[in-house]
Amino acid sequence: MSATWDSTVNHQPLDRRDGATGATAATDELERTWSERPGLAGWICAVGHKSIGKRFIVTAFCFFVVAGLLAVAMRLQLARPDSKLIGPDLYNQIFTLHGTTMMFLFAVPVMQAMAVYLVPLMIGTRNSALPRMTAYGYWMYLFGGLMIFTAFAIDMSPDNGWFSYPPLAGPEYSSGKRSDFWAQLITFTEVSGLIVSVDLITTIFKLRAPGMTLARMPLFVWAMLVTAFMIIFAMPAVMLASTMLIMDRLVGTHFFNAAAGGDPLLWQHLFWFFGHPEVYFIFIPGLGFMSMIIATFARRPVFGRAAMVLSLIATAFFSFGLWVHHMFATNIPEVGKAFFTAMSMMIAIPTAVQIFCWIATLWKGRLHLRTPLYFILAFFFILLLGGLTGLILGAVPLDLQVHDTYFVVAHLHYVLIGGAVFPLFGAWYYWFPKITGRMMGERLGRWNFWLFFIGFNVAFYPMHHLGLAGMPRRVYTYGAETGWGPLNLLSTVGGAMIAVSVLLFIVNVVKSRRHGEPAGDNPWGAASLEWATASPPPACNFRAIPVVWSEEPLWEPLRRPTHVSGLAVDSREVVSTTVLDAQPDHRYHSPSPTPWPFIAAIATTVMFIASIFTPWAVVWGSIPIMIAMIAWFWPRAGETRKQLVLEKRP
Amino acid sequence: MSDKPVFPPDRLDTQGAVAGETLDVAQLPSYVFGARGIMWWGTMGVVAIEGTVFAMAIATYFYLRTNGDTWPMGVPAPDLRWGVLNTLIMLASLLPNHWTLHRAKAHDLGRVRGGMLVCLVMGAAFILVRVFEFRTLNVSWDSNAYGSIVWMLLGLHTVHLLTDFGDTLVLYVLMLTGPLEGRRFVDVAENAEYWDFVVLAWLPVFATIYIAPRF
Repeated sequence: MSATWDSTVNHQPLDRRDGATGATAATDELERTWSERPGLAGWICAVGHKSIGKRFIVTAFCFFVVAGLLAVAMRLQLARPDSKLIGPDLYNQIFTLHGTTMMFLFAVPVMQAMAVYLVPLMIGTRNSALPRMTAYGYWMYLFGGLMIFTAFAIDMSPDNGWFSYPPLAGPEYSSGKRSDFWAQLITFTEVSGLIVSVDLITTIFKLRAPGMTLARMPLFVWAMLVTAFMIIFAMPAVMLASTMLIMDRLVGTHFFNAAAGGDPLLWQHLFWFFGHPEVYFIFIPGLGFMSMIIATFARRPVFGRAAMVLSLIATAFFSFGLWVHHMFATNIPEVGKAFFTAMSMMIAIPTAVQIFCWIATLWKGRLHLRTPLYFILAFFFILLLGGLTGLILGAVPLDLQVHDTYFVVAHLHYVLIGGAVFPLFGAWYYWFPKITGRMMGERLGRWNFWLFFIGFNVAFYPMHHLGLAGMPRRVYTYGAETGWGPLNLLSTVGGAMIAVSVLLFIVNVVKSRRHGEPAGDNPWGAASLEWATASPPPACNFRAIPVVWSEEPLWEPLRRPTHVSGLAVDSREVVSTTVLDAQPDHRYHSPSPTPWPFIAAIATTVMFIASIFTPWAVVWGSIPIMIAMIAWFWPRAGETRKQLVLEKRP
Repeated sequence: MSDKPVFPPDRLDTQGAVAGETLDVAQLPSYVFGARGIMWWGTMGVVAIEGTVFAMAIATYFYLRTNGDTWPMGVPAPDLRWGVLNTLIMLASLLPNHWTLHRAKAHDLGRVRGGMLVCLVMGAAFILVRVFEFRTLNVSWDSNAYGSIVWMLLGLHTVHLLTDFGDTLVLYVLMLTGPLEGRRFVDVAENAEYWDFVVLAWLPVFATIYIAPRF
């Protein structure tokens, strides 16, 4: 077979283009072109950002519920002194899996999942830039999560805490395969997180609707752009570290073995170089939700937009200079600790700038109090408390006093739940009508909110006192003589309230999906582009790609040209624009559905899991991955013929 | 699909294409080279990730070095011979690589095939020499922490050599057999840029493995 290539074939009849001619037939064909295939095969082949985004969100929510149930189990065990409900070994597995799942399988992925669904709609395009990679990232994430819970089911779940410090997690003190499962879970989730980040950056830089300059970009998109860059520079550290850990355990390297010149503290440096930015790439998307929702319900643009964007970027930079404040109890030099204390205080500044901008927005706006806004307002209260204890923990002498106590547990739940989970629930109420076409129930929403808000404070506020009273983290029980019983019981009651509240949320979602009030395109009267299309959006997102003239396109009068025309309707074409000014640059052929990302993810899963048991799996396990990747990449003759018709040389 | 109006209000059915009403993109190119293109950003994302991994591994090397009383830990430094030879081969491969990149931008299929073949031969050469590099590191990965990090650095880079060689080989076969369209020249160009990264990332790794232990 000899290759021919001819760029002169370019005869596309006008009725094969979108946006211009009046034919409804063209619009229907556009919709067919962008639809996923039907049935199970279609489900496996799906590459649309809405399909992947939805299943990503649902999967992350399921992990949230399971990890939440693990937390309930811990609270039941701790509800009274000397409890025999859960033994020490199972308890170790439970708190490790709770933390690991919440951080690696819920908090980071769910934010990316929301972005996978929302960003292409917000920037006015039809799919993300690298949709097959995103599909692969989703499958890797799912399979990694299934692996760790299978390990839990067969009593092989990791038991060294979510940060898995050596030497405890090393070959000497953790025999068996538990730590190896943890290390491979990290590899799975990091592959997924990194791939989705590359996809988000490329989508945001190259597929914005014409006219949406960087300055006009919605603040949630800004937040996700910053987050994606952070992930790219932070996650490799933990991937390298977990690889070193599994190599220490499997092939006898000595990275963390002090007896052979290694250093357990190396782990802490690498882990927290990732781990501290990680807190911020959970938090920054939450800030993005805040800005979108506050603007809508205050019915005015966010005050100090430029300051908001600069604060996001400043937070991202500072977050890379904080990691040592997790290591104040180690023997690093005092001057180093002083530097990291200063940085820890400084990062409060950009967050404060944003909080004041939001307060100004709310102050000058006409508030429209609906469930999403309740969750947003709770952020101010809870995050403020978490931030204040953060300042305490950032100071070396105070940190040493409460290190490894429940004070830290209280702090981290205040910042993570207050900073990310409350805005996330607000976001779910806010965008649910766009995703499903129906409103969520307002009454159940209020119950959901108040139970969560009160339950949260009842569960976690007492932990500050328990920590100051000296109760250490990670203990599976405590004696009655400590006097910690009553506050622990109170905390368990709060935990139960959160559980009921989440149950109500699930009821609300199930009920509203079927019977909710129809939402219409723009139920909240919001300003950004995702509200310009139908709810739920058609497969092609927009029948014609909008042209953007301002920061709040839906709050401004229309200007001409109003929309793009000339994209193919029988092929997945989108318009790619320039990075800064969003000038139309070229037509980009968006990849079509394919099963290969799924098959490649299965091959990768086999290799990752097998390598827990034999290092040779890395060699023979790579061959199926390679074959799947080649099949994925290899162009099909029919598809190529179709593209040649549309082709135009640069 | 819903019948509700989309933004901008759906004038498609009533007015058709009025001049100035729409932004017509039908005449824009269907693919572009370099930083204008989607694939360039995807490739650079991967480069940023892997570059960070290299930087972290090198930082680990020097962190461990502060722990050792002697460095390298009681073993001779790696032999220079094969490492230097491989560095020269890799640097030399930049020439046919860049020539291929330029020919790809000119859609010159015949010369692209030739350039890729030369790159592949050089790639096979540096993978072969890499075997000798491993054999003359003068330490095993399980001897001590120094051995562990040196093997990791060299192993990490070798994985890149192998994947880059594999990518290039697959793309070369595609350029021979088809099916071809103009976009495939963008793939060749991106592949060449990734090759640059693999070669340039080697320089700090080389300096760390071979030169640092001599000071």
